[in-house]
Amino acid sequence: MNELVRPSDLDRPNSYIGRSVPRPNARKLVEGRARYVDDVSLPRMVHVAFVRSPHAHATILSIDGAAARAMPGVIKVLTGENISAICDPWVAVLAHLKGMKSAPQHAIAIGKACWQGEAVAAVVATSRALAEDAVGQVWVDYATLPAVLDMETALDTATPVIHAELGDNLTFQRQHEKGDVEAAFKASHTVVEATFHTGRHTGVCLEPRSILADFNRADNQLTVHHSTQAPHMMQAVLAKHLRLNEGDVRVICGDVGGSFGIKVHVYPDEVATCAIAKLLGRPVKFIADRFESMTTDIHARDHRITGRIGVDRDGAITAIDIDDRTGIGPYSVYPRTSAIEGNQVVNLCGGPYDFAHYRAKTTVVLQNKTPTCQYRAVGHPIACAVTEGLVDLAAEAIGMDPVALRRRNLMKDGTYPRVSPAGMTFEGLSHEACLDQLMALIHYPELRAEQAALRQRGIYRGIGLASFIELTNPSPFMYGIGGARISAQDGCTVRMDPDGSVVALSGVTEQGQGTEAILAQIVAEGVGVSMSRVKVITGDTQVTPYGGGTWASRGAGIGGEAALQAALELKRNILVVAGAMLQAEPTALDITGGEVVDKATGQVRMALAELGRIVYFRGDTLPKDLARELMVTRHFITKDYPFSFTNGIQASWLEVDTDTGMVKLLKHWCVEDCGRIINPMLVDEQVRGGVVQGIGGALYEHCIYDGEGQLTTTSLADYMVPMAAEMPDIVVGHVETPTRESLLGAKGAGEAGTAGAPAAIMNAINDALRPFKTRVTAMPFTPMRILEALGKA
Amino acid sequence: MSAAVIQHHVDIALTVNGESVSRRVAPRQHLIDFLRLDLGLTGSHAGCEHGVCGACTVRLNGVIVRGCLVLAAQLDGALVETIEGLSDRGTIRDLQDAFVAHNAAQCGFCTPGMLLAAADILDHQHQADRAAIREHLSGNYCRCTGYQAIVDAVETTLLARKGARA
Repeated sequence: MNELVRPSDLDRPNSYIGRSVPRPNARKLVEGRARYVDDVSLPRMVHVAFVRSPHAHATILSIDGAAARAMPGVIKVLTGENISAICDPWVAVLAHLKGMKSAPQHAIAIGKACWQGEAVAAVVATSRALAEDAVGQVWVDYATLPAVLDMETALDTATPVIHAELGDNLTFQRQHEKGDVEAAFKASHTVVEATFHTGRHTGVCLEPRSILADFNRADNQLTVHHSTQAPHMMQAVLAKHLRLNEGDVRVICGDVGGSFGIKVHVYPDEVATCAIAKLLGRPVKFIADRFESMTTDIHARDHRITGRIGVDRDGAITAIDIDDRTGIGPYSVYPRTSAIEGNQVVNLCGGPYDFAHYRAKTTVVLQNKTPTCQYRAVGHPIACAVTEGLVDLAAEAIGMDPVALRRRNLMKDGTYPRVSPAGMTFEGLSHEACLDQLMALIHYPELRAEQAALRQRGIYRGIGLASFIELTNPSPFMYGIGGARISAQDGCTVRMDPDGSVVALSGVTEQGQGTEAILAQIVAEGVGVSMSRVKVITGDTQVTPYGGGTWASRGAGIGGEAALQAALELKRNILVVAGAMLQAEPTALDITGGEVVDKATGQVRMALAELGRIVYFRGDTLPKDLARELMVTRHFITKDYPFSFTNGIQASWLEVDTDTGMVKLLKHWCVEDCGRIINPMLVDEQVRGGVVQGIGGALYEHCIYDGEGQLTTTSLADYMVPMAAEMPDIVVGHVETPTRESLLGAKGAGEAGTAGAPAAIMNAINDALRPFKTRVTAMPFTPMRILEALGKA
Repeated sequence: MSAAVIQHHVDIALTVNGESVSRRVAPRQHLIDFLRLDLGLTGSHAGCEHGVCGACTVRLNGVIVRGCLVLAAQLDGALVETIEGLSDRGTIRDLQDAFVAHNAAQCGFCTPGMLLAAADILDHQHQADRAAIREHLSGNYCRCTGYQAIVDAVETTLLARKGARA
């Protein structure tokens, strides 16, 4: 542990690590001065709108763009064949997901459409409105095909195969087995089984997917303004498929209006927009409207999971058996693939618990619905709901308190590092400390007493718990080893300018989490200047160090460590120059508040502005051989563990109206351990926002298809997301177990809230329903489903 | 409706953030596109274009409206205020400060609309408690914060203004 990262001592100079400070870049957001992609206009810019398949599955017989081409303002009508002349298709598989297969996908469909909403032609016009007008005049002849909709029958011989060349509709299957599950069940006191459904839902970024691509033929340069989480990944993908060098593609990512994993994928219509820019040699803008967002943003979490858990008489968990099935749409999504979510379910089920026998299988099938892929807390809410649902069932079956059963089985603090039955390596977790803190926060015995008293009056309240683990700081084991050009390493350049101002350029990105704020905190403390003197620059592949961007909660742990190392090295370099100027040992000097000081006494020796003036303008006065490197780059990659796991526990307190089926959320708690906390306020807000997204999936959000594969929830009037009035206040507590992989010690915090909330809500509802000897296990838990469970629907 | 009718344009003269504006607009253009595309006022955002999400909330003749549900052609003689105008005039500076202090904005896309809706509480509902604040803000979606920080920021500002009046 370093003196730098001791958050208890907030009185030390420039102590920003561990302190709740406001985000320096929040002011522009509240003054309407942010710059999202749609706020950018370029000379000669044109707009593209897409003709989208109205059918879930259909052969495209012909496309007639003549009438559209004659419409006012229309510049071009393009088909999949036109685009494919300059843009190569992709197949989204990863080598380490053994046996995975998927079909080639074009930027615009060629020959057949595989989901309602898939782009089949593009219209380019001088305004979006005129492009949309002309879309209505593109005449496409379709021959509809039977749509594969039900994931349960997708592999039946009677079900049509979506892509004949694949032979069947199976894209990936994996079974993991540790120990002897069947023997363990036989020897168990009690085995309980349940089937869970996590409803298909989507991210609903308030800023829709947005891209503005400009191709300058003079420079052979593609410049892309993109609302994305991974600028360098997009650079690599666009270069490869548009047949350019990576250096000829520049991805600029300004302000991003929400992402949550939605904007970390390669979308065919966005690649098509870049291809059109290359064809036309001018800027082309595509901003998805809400209908396009609902039908073409990735969906997620469409799983059916059957689980069994065995327990002994004393509550010890003996074995867990999981059978997971998910439908991912017609194509695995590029380049991260759509098999990761199912794979995560296998990796994460039973995660918090100490037990010996584990078997889990995931079956990932194709269907004619919107493609699914990674969305916030990938796989976690599913694995957590199943595990915690089973734990509560087991507790009920043997008449044990659910807290007592968890305490009996949670991995003991101080027993790390260790490997879970799923094969995950944990460096250091704190389940017991989190449970203790949660119990203190919720006043558990009093809450149970209140619940019992209210039941006497016909008021049905429930307490639901959910322990969870969270995968953060991924190494190349997540994507790189599978062949994807997605960086697990990240870099930061820190530079001191003549007046002592500091600029930090980072490969991680900001989508509202506060990435730039925590980087400024780290760099300010590392160098020894005020935060107000640090400017952070992210989101430009031509400017920042190469990196992965911000996803899987890697910004603080990986980007933050690179920033810390660069800042500390810059400080050392500054002190070398200062030592020469002051005739002092560099090690006897320090920097605080933007001034070089005597380390022992704190006496000010020189302002950084004076040092900068000499280095940049009067270098002639310094010793000839003196190094004067006031710009430093450092990179960081995790090496000891494939992932940095975090942990925590949530609790929900809610009331079920047994006459209407309505759920009223009364309060929610989350105690989590993300390692070293850089900014407590920002961590709290990540957790709260994550919890509410998890609540959305548990209670409201659902992508509903009709029998022909038509999505019926295509506007925000049909697809419900959490609103202010229904949400509870959320209490957040922390335990800090820093990772020893880095000096900073930070792990991620972005997934924790979403990982545990659906399970906590489900368990609380079922706790409330317990007197009626019924339960719900299919999300979202709508009033109708609760009334059905009560036999009242 | 025939193409000929659609192609009629309407002349409007209005006041936007205190400045006189005259434009010829297409009858189908809504207020939010007019502000963003014709006037370059990109602080207000189009989130759903169904009047649901509230990201396009602006003030029209002193009342908050959905910019996506008002046609520009209706606006002859109107007074429109957006986040840019309120920021320049400093009338919600305390609310904006509270949003920054409480981290009531993450991605910021909903924030200008949210601030306009919250300012409406400050102006008209001096007695609002947390539940009333949540109720009033229910027409403005935020996907990042979970709302609590927003409620905190509005409540803090409301109490401070109440204190200043006392």
